[in-house]
Amino acid sequence: MLKYVIKRIVLMFVTLFIIVTMCFFLIKLLPQEYPQEAAQKEAMMARLEAQGYNKPLIVQYIRYLKNIFTKWDFGTSWKIDKMKPVWQVFTDRFPPTILINLYSMLLATPIGILLGIYAAIKKNKWQDQLISTSVMIFVSVPSYVYGFLVQYYLYFKWDLLPLTVYSLADAGGSWFTWKMFVSMLAPVIALSFGTIAQLCRFTRAELTETLTSDYMLLARTKGLTRSQATARHAMKNAMVPILPMLLGSVVDILAGSFVIEQIFSVPGVGQLYLNSITLLDYDVFMMDTVFYTFIGLAAGIVTDISYGFIDPRIRMGER
Amino acid sequence: MSKTSLENRSIPVEKFAFVNRDEKLTDTKFVDKPVGYLKDAWIRFCKNKGSIVAAIIIAAILMFAFLTPAFFTRYDLTFMDVYYSKKAPRNIWLRDHLGICDGTVERDFNEKNLILMLGIGVGAEDYEGSGKLSIADGKKSYYQPMREIGDPKEVTGMIGSKDKTIYTCRLDTYLEYGFQYRSIEQSEYSKIREYEEATGIHVLYPLVEDNEWNFDPANANYWYKSKKGTPVKLNKSGKGKEIPYSEDMVLEDNYMRDEEGNPLYYIYTGGGDIDSAQYKVRVLYYNYYRYVNGFEPEYLFGTDSQGYDLMLRLASGIKLSFLVALAVSAINLTIGAIYGAIEGYYGGTTDLVMERISDIINNVPFIVVATLFQLHLAVKVGPIVCLLFAYVTTGWIGMAYRVRTQFYRFKNQEYVMAARTLGASDSRIIWKHIFPNSLGTIITSSVLVIPGVISGESMLSFLGIVKLGNETTTSLGTLLADSSSIWTTYPHLMIFPALVISLLMICFNLFGNGLRDAFNPSLRGVEE
Repeated sequence: MLKYVIKRIVLMFVTLFIIVTMCFFLIKLLPQEYPQEAAQKEAMMARLEAQGYNKPLIVQYIRYLKNIFTKWDFGTSWKIDKMKPVWQVFTDRFPPTILINLYSMLLATPIGILLGIYAAIKKNKWQDQLISTSVMIFVSVPSYVYGFLVQYYLYFKWDLLPLTVYSLADAGGSWFTWKMFVSMLAPVIALSFGTIAQLCRFTRAELTETLTSDYMLLARTKGLTRSQATARHAMKNAMVPILPMLLGSVVDILAGSFVIEQIFSVPGVGQLYLNSITLLDYDVFMMDTVFYTFIGLAAGIVTDISYGFIDPRIRMGER
Repeated sequence: MSKTSLENRSIPVEKFAFVNRDEKLTDTKFVDKPVGYLKDAWIRFCKNKGSIVAAIIIAAILMFAFLTPAFFTRYDLTFMDVYYSKKAPRNIWLRDHLGICDGTVERDFNEKNLILMLGIGVGAEDYEGSGKLSIADGKKSYYQPMREIGDPKEVTGMIGSKDKTIYTCRLDTYLEYGFQYRSIEQSEYSKIREYEEATGIHVLYPLVEDNEWNFDPANANYWYKSKKGTPVKLNKSGKGKEIPYSEDMVLEDNYMRDEEGNPLYYIYTGGGDIDSAQYKVRVLYYNYYRYVNGFEPEYLFGTDSQGYDLMLRLASGIKLSFLVALAVSAINLTIGAIYGAIEGYYGGTTDLVMERISDIINNVPFIVVATLFQLHLAVKVGPIVCLLFAYVTTGWIGMAYRVRTQFYRFKNQEYVMAARTLGASDSRIIWKHIFPNSLGTIITSSVLVIPGVISGESMLSFLGIVKLGNETTTSLGTLLADSSSIWTTYPHLMIFPALVISLLMICFNLFGNGLRDAFNPSLRGVEE
């Protein structure tokens, strides 16, 4: 097991390294825009020169890696937050993204799983048909539609929630105030529809499979009632694939949702990425690329490894 | 042993006869036609009602997309009218017969603006400036933008303004524009006059005097005398007395008149010979549109933010999104099938190396790939090709993975060994013997690629990473992105594209799942 984990992690970093190298060169080959104002341009040029941006690309690349490993320095943001280190710009955007996704997950997970269980127990009855049909619809509809609907009903029609997420200053200087929480509810709800539908579908599929397996028949023959057998035997086995998926999406939380952040103007990671493209702030763009790649890889590994921990029957080395 | 069988043993030889000594003994022919793999799948697919409905809806949407330019709309892609932009759906036949699609929106008016709007109807009827028509008469006019007037409401405590009376009204957004000043050549003037004679539709209306009673000389709708927008009646001494709003109020016109008191329809503003002399005229824009185009403005889906026919834009958006999705699906199919086949068939080191490569490509976030392609190549090859590149770079991996799995399943089976023993080449074994086994999987996943591409495209356009829209082409995502900041005032701009995308997504998913169940009955109900 340990050997497998180490192997996976090493492989992950190799992959990450290759992707980062490719992206670095592709991004550095893009034309650089300089500020119009002479003084600003001069300051930027001086800073660029001091950081070795006029050297050949390969030298820049080595320097980039060296800075990351020795100083944890991912470069400088030139446009978004003038002359601030990218890492700081980046971590400033973390709290809203994480909070919104975390709230959404806390809301969606129980609902999704419970609905899935209910549908599986009532398989092929009208309740199941209803849930399955609406799940089909909710999975297919793109996320911005939920964004629009939530905005329309909760803001324009019923006037319950604010239109967009408050800025830090408006909400009393902290991400954890009540006011901030309320303003975050709209994107949280918009995000949850899709997650609930996916989880429900997944749970239903897994649970129907376990409910029809032989050991369930055995459990019933032993004298357990249907609900006892379901709770003690079927549920546990059905959770085997669900929990790793959930753990994987915990990692995915960090990446956030571009569309929802755009609609509700959340000052988060996704919006930073979009800004870095429109303003052509390459160091931030680079950092974003590294980050998203890392998150994707990490989520995969967490999912795979947690399988082994949750279910000892799965021997990781053999997979 | 039973008694009967013992008896049967002792049958005398004479009783035996040869059955078919002279005929050849062959297998009898099948009475029914044999059911092949595809036929079998087709039969199973037909039993799935949901998928059939989904397929029909997809077909209908595609028909809509391809037939709209020819049959359903009278506009073409280059037709636009800046004054009729962002207008709500309107169709005169539907309005008169069913009461829907009347191009109206609900809006709040204060008294001044209410009178201004009602005045358009009065002004349109009072062609000669007779000064006899009241507001109530104007309400009956065909050109009356106000279709319903709500009861007055007192609004108090508004920040920065006085308390006032608000009327919530429904108004026809196509008539709301009302009158307009235009500068036209004399030749056009005479043509309009001929048109008026022939059809009885009034296009030209009297010009308005630019005096102290004209509240806004740029706005041709202030044809009546007013003081800061409140209508007035002049008394003998030339002082304006404000008249209160009521059904019977008669607005006093402020038309330009000659010495005999006849209203003036044009003034010469200079230039040119007898044909190209410039005239300033005042037209009712609704009728001017009819004069120019030969029909009344009606757009079944409304118009977009620039004044194009939304139905046509929508059709061309569906077409583009669908063609991109189809192209992506086809290219991914080819690359993925070849890559997966080679991986799966040769196995070993080849497989390991190729798997690593696809693993690395697979882990580059798609949004980064799309962005990099746009930034690098959009200027050179255009955004649509860039989008294709982005999808092709990462999209084939899923297909390759599925084909590879199928190859692992089948490559060691006896019939493959037999083919190899008989001297079949590698490529023959791959394409003739193993590949057809994965056909079902391939067809299913190439269909399921399509909704993914459509939603991905719309997301990228919505975020502004891909910019597909221009005068003649647009995509569903671009339409949504255009509406994203103004949809609360003009909901039809968002509803139609969102509805189409959602329908397409739901139907393609249903259709794809139906195909999967048909091709792989053992996978029924398993969700990916």
